[in-house]
Amino acid sequence: MEISKEQVEHVAKLARLEVSENEKAMFARQLSAILTYMDQLKEVDTEGVEPTATVLPTENVFREDAVKPSLTQERALANAPDQADGFFRVPKILEDR
Amino acid sequence: MNLRRLTLFELKDKFLKGEVSAVEIVKAYFQRLMLAESKVKAYITTAKKDALVKEANELDYSLSKWRKTMPLMAMPIAVKDNICTEGVKTTCGSRMLENFVPPYDATVVARMREHGCYLIGKTNMDEFAMGSSTENSAFGPTRNPWNLAYIPGGSSGGSAAAVAAELCVAALGSDTGGSIRQPAACCGVVGLKPTYGRVSRYGLVAFASSLDQIGPITRDVRDAAVMIQMIAGHDPLDSTSADMPVPDYTKALKENLRGMKVGVPLEFFAEGLDPEVELAVRTAIIQMQALKAEIKEISLPMTKYAIATYYLIATAEASSNLARYDGVKYGYRAPKEKGLLEMYMKTRQEGFGAEVKRRIMLGTYALSAGYYDAYYGKAQAVRTLIKRDFDEAFKEVDVIVTPTMPTPAFKLGEKLQDPLQMYLSDIYTISVNLAGVPAISLPCGLSSRKLPIGLQIIGRPFEEEKVLRAAYAYEQASEWHLKRPSL
Repeated sequence: MEISKEQVEHVAKLARLEVSENEKAMFARQLSAILTYMDQLKEVDTEGVEPTATVLPTENVFREDAVKPSLTQERALANAPDQADGFFRVPKILEDR
Repeated sequence: MNLRRLTLFELKDKFLKGEVSAVEIVKAYFQRLMLAESKVKAYITTAKKDALVKEANELDYSLSKWRKTMPLMAMPIAVKDNICTEGVKTTCGSRMLENFVPPYDATVVARMREHGCYLIGKTNMDEFAMGSSTENSAFGPTRNPWNLAYIPGGSSGGSAAAVAAELCVAALGSDTGGSIRQPAACCGVVGLKPTYGRVSRYGLVAFASSLDQIGPITRDVRDAAVMIQMIAGHDPLDSTSADMPVPDYTKALKENLRGMKVGVPLEFFAEGLDPEVELAVRTAIIQMQALKAEIKEISLPMTKYAIATYYLIATAEASSNLARYDGVKYGYRAPKEKGLLEMYMKTRQEGFGAEVKRRIMLGTYALSAGYYDAYYGKAQAVRTLIKRDFDEAFKEVDVIVTPTMPTPAFKLGEKLQDPLQMYLSDIYTISVNLAGVPAISLPCGLSSRKLPIGLQIIGRPFEEEKVLRAAYAYEQASEWHLKRPSL
């Protein structure tokens, strides 16, 4: 499987990763090699085989909907890169008119 | 007597009998840290000596008044830096979390603290546990205590090196595709990956949630049994932790293998296996036969597809799990970005290292429209077949014995430019995570370059007892666990 520079750009955007020109060329080369290796899975007959998402028996795990102590606002915000008035602060989302 | 040479079992016995004090233990380990840590670089963060000596003094004093003991009391234990420790930096080996101080303890850490252990430090690792050599740490590589020019394995390379270099008495690591067992093999120590669900993952920074599991890295098999006893069991805070009773693991340890059927999968002794490793593992199998085990050749035909399957599933899960690093709630944020989207993209470009980005890209690609069925969906179906291989094999045998790694440790830098070659070093450990079964790695030889060789023993789900028993019987009949690096 060959991955083009354009595909790298597309995937990087989906992953919210800015990539430099150097990285684009490097990722295109490395991902092509890795995906070519992955292509060997095509030779496995998986017709009618259920996918495995987890090895555990999947069942709902319930708990009582009870109020319990939790992190204070101050502690929850302690690692925030930026905060104001008890909120996480982010760069402006809306354009100025 | 050199305290730091003792196993966890021996040290805690001496301490609980009052033959050594907490202060003596703490001082012995800090002395060792002073001497050897600058060479090995096993830690990202170490405990403060004065504070720990003070705590040990108070403990010794209170014990002299009122003897109330706990099983890990005064034991200096190291924890991999992707396991949250309240008030102590947890970096995941990443710039992204360089200054992250968790507001809570992971369940395993809380349990070990309740049992009285001292947290001696947070160990180095490949960034977000992605790697097989600990060279992907943003804070520089850890070195193999047996030969400083070689890698300690990864991603729990810091934990394995710390145990081997006597920089802690035991450690915790995490294993998503071999990250406990492979470094244990490289460093000549014991590493146990429990069954998926045996140990709570609450507070373990997520890499691939359907594969991740926390486990111990120790000097010998008995110590591994002691450690898993401390951390196993159901946790209401992790819905994937199994609500099953925890057996007494040290009671499972016996000196023979009578009645035990041991499978040897022919696919694990194929092309690419280093002859010295093969010889050491085959010799170990002969010794197990001498201990009355019944040896049986078996087949795990899907083994050759395990790496491709793993690197699609693990990266897909990682791309989703690592979406949380957006520079908003915690972690690094790129400075002075005007818009939110630019902030996200720059933050992630600057905060993540090359291997993490590569895996996020691969996982995002495998999950993206048009490729999901061909890659991620296909890999999940092959995972079912890999698991079936193990189910079939375990109808005939109790445990499966293989090499842990195809070669001994390689040199620093040797595989750094070729990610696919690096991935191939996980070939024997990876299918265990895909199947969710428990496995241990223990020393079974030294190469001609005096580098350790690891033996892997795999068991049925929730049969850690049999894995530990097989490992213990072999270990007691050999002497590899007594060898230490001359550092």
